[in-house]
Amino acid sequence: MTDLVLTPNIESADDFYAELLAAHEGLSKDESDAFNARLVLVLANHVGDRDVLSDALKAASGKG
Amino acid sequence: MFDDRYTLAYKRYPYKKSADQDAAAPVRHPVVVMGGGPIGVATALDLGRQGIPTLVLDDHEGVGMGSRAICFAKRCLEIAGRYGCGKPMVDKGVVWNLGKVFHKDDQVFEFNLLPEEGHEYPAFINMQQPYYESFQLDRFEELQKDGAPIEIRGKNRVDSVEVHDDHVTLQIMTPDGPYTLEADWLIGCDGASSPLRTMLDLDFTGKVFQDSFLIADIKMKNDDFPTERWFWFEPTHGSGASTLLHKQPDDVWRVDFQIGWDVDRKEEMKEENIRRRLDAFLGEAVEYDMVWSSIYTFQCKRMDNFRHGRVFFAGDAAHQVSPFGARGANSGMQDVDNLGWKLGMVMRGEAPESLLDTYNMERIHGADENILNSTRSTDFITPKSEMSRILRDAVLDLSEKHEFARPLVNSGRLSVPCTYDGSPLNSADALDGPARSRPGSVCPDVPMGDGYLLSELGDTFTLLTIDADAPDEIEESGVKVTRLALSTKDDKTGALKERYLGDTESAVYLIRPDQHVAARRPNFDDNLIRAAIRRAIGKE
Ligand SMILES: Cc1cc2nc3c(=O)[nH]c(=O)nc-3n(C[C@H](O)[C@H](O)[C@H](O)COP(=O)(O)OP(=O)(O)OC[C@H]3O[C@@H](n4cnc5c(N)ncnc54)[C@H](O)[C@@H]3O)c2cc1C
Repeated sequence: MTDLVLTPNIESADDFYAELLAAHEGLSKDESDAFNARLVLVLANHVGDRDVLSDALKAASGKG
Repeated sequence: MFDDRYTLAYKRYPYKKSADQDAAAPVRHPVVVMGGGPIGVATALDLGRQGIPTLVLDDHEGVGMGSRAICFAKRCLEIAGRYGCGKPMVDKGVVWNLGKVFHKDDQVFEFNLLPEEGHEYPAFINMQQPYYESFQLDRFEELQKDGAPIEIRGKNRVDSVEVHDDHVTLQIMTPDGPYTLEADWLIGCDGASSPLRTMLDLDFTGKVFQDSFLIADIKMKNDDFPTERWFWFEPTHGSGASTLLHKQPDDVWRVDFQIGWDVDRKEEMKEENIRRRLDAFLGEAVEYDMVWSSIYTFQCKRMDNFRHGRVFFAGDAAHQVSPFGARGANSGMQDVDNLGWKLGMVMRGEAPESLLDTYNMERIHGADENILNSTRSTDFITPKSEMSRILRDAVLDLSEKHEFARPLVNSGRLSVPCTYDGSPLNSADALDGPARSRPGSVCPDVPMGDGYLLSELGDTFTLLTIDADAPDEIEESGVKVTRLALSTKDDKTGALKERYLGDTESAVYLIRPDQHVAARRPNFDDNLIRAAIRRAIGKE
């Protein structure tokens, strides 16, 4: 089992961040919220591992 | 003085004056069951088959007209099968395999259930509740003819009870006036609003969901309507948060409209208004007759304790869940399955009275599991916050294109039997076998010769051996355990190996009268199996 990665892990981090912002461009608040929700689900499925997902939820809530 | 609270579909046990009503002193019965619904009658079937005199008192004279439950899951049918009335249910019921999910007005995906092969009973059937109850009552009469000491008295309403240390006194109202009875044991199967609970001033806590459902059973005039289950999230045909359509026998379809909390019930129940919803939903071309309709709200609640000395609660009286996942009657039947053998053993003096407390423990575990599952479905169908709605809609959006999101779509999870993990009756798992048959689980069915394994199990304790030696019979603490010897050589489908052995070569399973696994090991060990038997009857 792999642990949740909380050290830098994205290549060309600035590019990724710009792509993320670009994906939201022109969307209304509602559309952006929906987009984020879909993105979370797609990524969560990719991760799959239940323990890693629980750790990610904790990390995101600031408690991990 | 004695009005029916609901209309009958079938009058099955008309009021007849009993000699008990003229007795000088109250007559004592070993077991009295309060309520002749599906759970009360099943209780009498279980106990009657053990030869235990059981008297059912019901305030009506037969089966209520309202269909209510339509989905009966495999475990419920297996239990009915053990009582001898499972087959006619399967013959009458309909099975669907194709389900379609819609969001707003578009279909998002469809699925085929593809149930696992090698089980005598299907994963579920759809059938009107009055049929279910009738098949049980047919069996009840059959057992009576064969001499089982069971009786059901119509228009016998229990008005008050007094609980003593070793018996219960009941005041009963009949069309001929009141009379008094005593019972060694009383089982309350008197439904969701259980008068017995109120009489004993017991808590029923949980959550009332602020929503109502309009159900309409309709008979289609067109005979080409497909046998599929359709579930709409937020249909735009103006029918509320969700709509569900599925088939029952006799070309009758059940439509469930989730219509919200603040509705004018009387207005909604007018036929013209129900038809307006149905027409908007089905389209003008579909012609139908109305069979039955009703509005209901639901709650997820349970009692803190299902046993109070000489009094037990089972079925809706003990717990209530939302209709998503069809867990009401299905879990009530598991209550009966669990209580029957325990009460039988205690009454015969084979087990200590403390065994009865495990009914409470195991079935509370079951009720909590059901409440959890149906609450999750409810939260998906009717999101409670803005963000849970956003996430729910995201799941539905994604499920149209991506298979991964489909398992997250929750329009009700089919009731599956509860595994009594952590029950004090289980012995520690000593086999490196499949998880699905670990101690506490219901034995999975397996094809065997011309028949099936489950029909060979139950009613008494069984020692199931697979490619392992053991004595043909063991007697421990007055309990007889018979061996059922199986071999993988006869396992043509491989199901026995897959469901009971996994990667191991041999196994010995100790199986309870309710077909749950009490213990398992790779081989027979006299001391350990005897200890497991004592444990399973509450003697260790
Ligand atoms: C719309 C709807 C859909 C449902 N769908 C499903 C489904 O698909 N699958 C499923 O498994 N479950 C379903 N259920 C739940 C199912 O109908 C109940 O769980 C089931 O009927 C419970 O059986 P019971 O015997 O515990 O109680 P009940 O059926 O309520 O029977 C109680 C009996 O006790 C009698 N009684 C009451 N008071 C007294 C008294 N003082 N003296 C004597 N007798 C008394 C009553 O007259 C009645 O006969 C559904 C319920 C509803 C409302």
